[in-house]
Amino acid sequence: MILEFLLYWVVLPLLVFGVIFSFIRLLQSPSLPGRVIALDMMSVLGIGIIVVYAVVTDQPVFVDVASVLALVSFLGTVAFAAYVERRS
Amino acid sequence: MSALIVISMLLFVLGAFLMFLAGLGLLRLPDIFLRMSAATKASTLGAGFILLAAALYFDDLGTTSRAIATIFFLLLTGPVAAHRIGRAAYFDGSLLWEGTLRDDLRGHYDRRTHELDSDPCADFPLEDCEEGVNDVLPA
Repeated sequence: MILEFLLYWVVLPLLVFGVIFSFIRLLQSPSLPGRVIALDMMSVLGIGIIVVYAVVTDQPVFVDVASVLALVSFLGTVAFAAYVERRS
Repeated sequence: MSALIVISMLLFVLGAFLMFLAGLGLLRLPDIFLRMSAATKASTLGAGFILLAAALYFDDLGTTSRAIATIFFLLLTGPVAAHRIGRAAYFDGSLLWEGTLRDDLRGHYDRRTHELDSDPCADFPLEDCEEGVNDVLPA
């Protein structure tokens, strides 16, 4: 089926390249807020990967997992920002 | 193959390409604020497109409404998180790119109380007030 081919060979590789780029930025970022931004970006890419996986395996339940990941990553980012701001 | 599947394929590819561009911008841009603009705006739009594609693909009321609620949540929280991190990075003394032309916040933040002030010299006596007196950038 053409949708599965597209998801396996176009969409998922693009998302994985995004994860690799943000992981390189996470490793070599000079400052703490840069690393927090890279982590936030990786969690948004994780939302995309989970949704693509839900379509590939035809399980609509995984969309809920993406929604929960969005909630948790927002809380984590705001908490990291509060700590960085208090530190300075 | 129905029209909904075709539209959702287009949205999947578009969203994945936008998220790839966001990762590329995060890797290549020179400055933390420029990187943050790439990472928040493009990745939020890409995740929204992918969730919309899944909503069109599954095509039943429960899953579609949950996917659209997730899109609204992403659009709501993305700017808030970006603003918090940008503010923290500005106080943390992150360097701007050397090609930056103007910094509108320069001198407007009180670094001790973390308050924003429209007058850059409000807290200082007249003789102490000079350009960039509570400057975040190193001179």
